[in-house]
Amino acid sequence: MGRRVVLGTLGLGALGLVAAPGLQRGLESFLGEAADKDPTGLTGLLPNGGGFRYYSVTSSVPRKDESTYRLTIDGLVDRPASYTLDELRALPQTRMVRDVQCVTGWRVPHTPFEGVRLSRLLDLAGVRSSAGAIRFTCFDGAYTESLTLDQARRADVMVALRMQDKDLSHNHGGPVRLYVAPMYFYKSAKWLSGITVTQKVKPGYWEERGYDVDAWVGKSNGRDDEPTS
Amino acid sequence: MNPRVDAPAVESAPSARVRRFSRAERWVHRITAALMGVCVVTAACLYIPQLAELVGRRALVVTVHEWSGLLLPLPVLAGLASRAFRADMTHLNRWGPHDGVWLRKALRRVPGARPAAKFNAGQKLYAAWITGATLVMLGTGLMMWFTHLTPLVWRTSATFVHDWLALTIGIVLAGHIGMALGDPEARKGLRTGSVSREWAEREHPLWRS
Repeated sequence: MGRRVVLGTLGLGALGLVAAPGLQRGLESFLGEAADKDPTGLTGLLPNGGGFRYYSVTSSVPRKDESTYRLTIDGLVDRPASYTLDELRALPQTRMVRDVQCVTGWRVPHTPFEGVRLSRLLDLAGVRSSAGAIRFTCFDGAYTESLTLDQARRADVMVALRMQDKDLSHNHGGPVRLYVAPMYFYKSAKWLSGITVTQKVKPGYWEERGYDVDAWVGKSNGRDDEPTS
Repeated sequence: MNPRVDAPAVESAPSARVRRFSRAERWVHRITAALMGVCVVTAACLYIPQLAELVGRRALVVTVHEWSGLLLPLPVLAGLASRAFRADMTHLNRWGPHDGVWLRKALRRVPGARPAAKFNAGQKLYAAWITGATLVMLGTGLMMWFTHLTPLVWRTSATFVHDWLALTIGIVLAGHIGMALGDPEARKGLRTGSVSREWAEREHPLWRS
């Protein structure tokens, strides 16, 4: 009897694996609707309940505001720069509405981001001909990311100041984060504080730990999600 | 003489304690419980946003979670070296007609004594289910850990099964712990290895007959 229950549980687990893609789609739409009518917010805690999840690789992240935040641009550029929050806000802003796709599976549809195109900041700094990649650093003191120069110049890559039509909150990586729309969300480094133009790509934090460096949604990390951009 | 009058004296005598678990079995339970506890706490820190914000250190928490999960079956495997543990595995695996009676009475909340041998039907079901569930968690966990070893589609599915089963295990585990909290003598059995004769005859009347 006990053995049958053990085997039965294992069988159900295997069945769950097979049925997961269909079940997951059904649950996501069901829980998505339920979450709209749920005042307690408990549905958000269920798997596939929708919404963002908070991930940080350090124990605590300092808070930065108008007076303390700086974004530096250096490396292989003619004019290294340091921007305050107000200086970034004074540059032309772009608004984009795309899906956010995390490599762990969750997806948040139609999320507006607003900020300065990375290509504009690079043009202002004057990228030298020897450059080939960008390295991003963060004021959490640990996280890093990277892009090739071609990826960084795409129109759907920005230094984001606003998300969901609100100033970026601290928990979402505010006041300034990177937003790489066509790639998995770990590329969109939170708490962005440094942009360094380099010769070659140096893998970022999670990439040192096994994630793909070229993280196109649906074409990397062994996943087949709908592209986001 | 009326045996009822003798009862208190007998209960206070050392012979009134009945041996239930060997030292090896108690350690298997303790280490399994500790590893399961670490799994649950780290899982909560990875999953519940408020705890994730409080704790951070994602890479470290993931590593602790992975290793505690990987080690979780080891105490039971090591326990197989103990004769008493193997004997109890046999008890847990054997299902008699009285177990059906126990389960029906429990499900319908019929008051009064329910027939059980060394383990009651609920304990047998729990033991078997948590064994299977742990193995499913181990399998799906390994698929998520060594992402390049399994075919692509499996990984999202593994995450799906791992997440929902984790939630189920959390609920069942809370029931397991809640029942232990409600029964001090059962806890004493796992702490000291022996239980009172009176408890054994009330909760497990078919055990020693």
